[in-house]
Amino acid sequence: MENEKQVLSPKMKRKLKSNAVGFSFVLPSLLGYAIFVFIPVCFSLILSLMEWDASQAPLKFVGLQNFVTIFGDRNFRNSFIHTVTYSLMTVFPTLVISLLLAVLMNSKIRGITFFRAAFYFPHIVSVVAVGAVWNMLFQPDYGPINMFLKFIGISNPPRWVLSTTWAMPAVAIVSVWKNMGYYMIIYLAGLQGIDHSLHEAASIDGANGWQRLRYITVPLLTPTTFFVLIMLTIQCFKVFDLVYVMTGGGPGNATQTLVNYIYTKAFTSWKLGEASAAAMIMFVVVLAVTLIQFAGERKWSDQM
Amino acid sequence: MKTKQKFLKIVITLLLIIFSICMLVPFYWMIISSLKLNKDVFSVPMRWLPDMDNIQWKNYVTIWQKIPLLTYFKNSFKLATITTVIQLAVSCLAAYGFSKVRFWGRDILFLIYVTTIAIPWQVYMVPQFILVTRMGLNDTHLGLILMQAFSAFGVFLMRQAYMGIPNELCEAARIDGMSEYGIFAKIIMPLGKPSMATLVIFTFTNVWNDFMGPLIYLQTKELKTIQLGIRNFVTQYGAEYNLIMAASVVSLIPVVIVFVCFQRFFIEGVASSGIKG
Repeated sequence: MENEKQVLSPKMKRKLKSNAVGFSFVLPSLLGYAIFVFIPVCFSLILSLMEWDASQAPLKFVGLQNFVTIFGDRNFRNSFIHTVTYSLMTVFPTLVISLLLAVLMNSKIRGITFFRAAFYFPHIVSVVAVGAVWNMLFQPDYGPINMFLKFIGISNPPRWVLSTTWAMPAVAIVSVWKNMGYYMIIYLAGLQGIDHSLHEAASIDGANGWQRLRYITVPLLTPTTFFVLIMLTIQCFKVFDLVYVMTGGGPGNATQTLVNYIYTKAFTSWKLGEASAAAMIMFVVVLAVTLIQFAGERKWSDQM
Repeated sequence: MKTKQKFLKIVITLLLIIFSICMLVPFYWMIISSLKLNKDVFSVPMRWLPDMDNIQWKNYVTIWQKIPLLTYFKNSFKLATITTVIQLAVSCLAAYGFSKVRFWGRDILFLIYVTTIAIPWQVYMVPQFILVTRMGLNDTHLGLILMQAFSAFGVFLMRQAYMGIPNELCEAARIDGMSEYGIFAKIIMPLGKPSMATLVIFTFTNVWNDFMGPLIYLQTKELKTIQLGIRNFVTQYGAEYNLIMAASVVSLIPVVIVFVCFQRFFIEGVASSGIKG
């Protein structure tokens, strides 16, 4: 008995100590994360059911009233639609161009390091600087882009950020330019995972470059494409900076996006309940997209 | 067949050259405009080559006098450096705990980290701002640092790296009587250096480029960051295109330096996140 106790006790002690040591490693991160991320996330959910203006006044429970209010708000509906439009205009061009670039880059040519850097570079520079340059490039009367369009025979080029129809496409163009290098690198990593012998076999069977791309590369890249699609969609739903610096949400409300709406509701009108309700809508969209990703991942890992 | 392949390679290279020029044209335009007189920025016809006798280097002097650019620079540098250091330390420690030490509730905790990684900051930025304000940290650098320094991404990235290091290394050190802290500092951390580099450059450039965070948190002029500064410049001197471009060029320099020196880590960081998915 006594013997056993002596054996157990140090073991227990060791276990306790191991727990304490383990916790001590994660504690700093855990504390910071809990205070600055986890609590705000929960608070956001609660706030979406409350009426509050951030003052000393107590929070007032209003149930789903905030959601009813924002769904009735034309501004909110428009912001949502604009965000979806922006996503549609951004996601597909980015996807296609980054894939094509990656395929071209994967063909063992010289200067890959340079090309990769050139395509990736716009991704890491600040939106503020980029927005300033592009606004000048898009300048309707003397800007280089419209000069070029006039030069190739378009006598009446779009007025870009000054036009309600063309402001959003202008923002989308910049977004495609800025982000495709990033997704190109992801595609490049995916391409490197494709067995080279498949291409060789197809070549021997007489498949040309296009056929190999269409029937081997693209199908085998489906998991990567799926991943890129999801990441891009989520990224588009978060858009704020680019719109803010390029158009400020205008002209009128033409480029007002979801995050724009949340920002204005919260920090201009101080309607935190409605802002949080809009944030919850955004969260639901992102969550749905993420869940689709999980489902897709499972499907492809089963096939492997 | 050989000549055909060679021909194809030349075509691809040409395509890529044309494309990369298109990608870089905005930066070229930025630089040449920053060296022009304001009235020449939108000259008709467009001038793509700088006028050698008329290069306006003094634009780069003027901008420092027009706005407190130096203060903005210092602020951004301070924020980016401190946030990166905290992020790195905290993430490495937690990653070691999550990958190499067993303790109660470890896997549940990590699961919470992983699930919350997907929640966009915009979803909880409002309550986070209220919280930081209530702590009395609104309009301070500390508030901005704290809100950015703790990310699930950092923990996740470092844990991925540490999971790839064989446990036998730790076991051997434990048998030799080394403490967990010793194993972390002397064995695991040095082996995770490439991922640390990735985390450092990602965090640094993110904080440097961040616009919305400072926009919400900082009101005092002396505390503002370079991005807010450039933005103010654009709204204040909206018609002085050459100066706006000069200020933008200056604001890009630190990121360009980081990119040129650590390009490999950027690419590897992005690529590994893609393979993971």
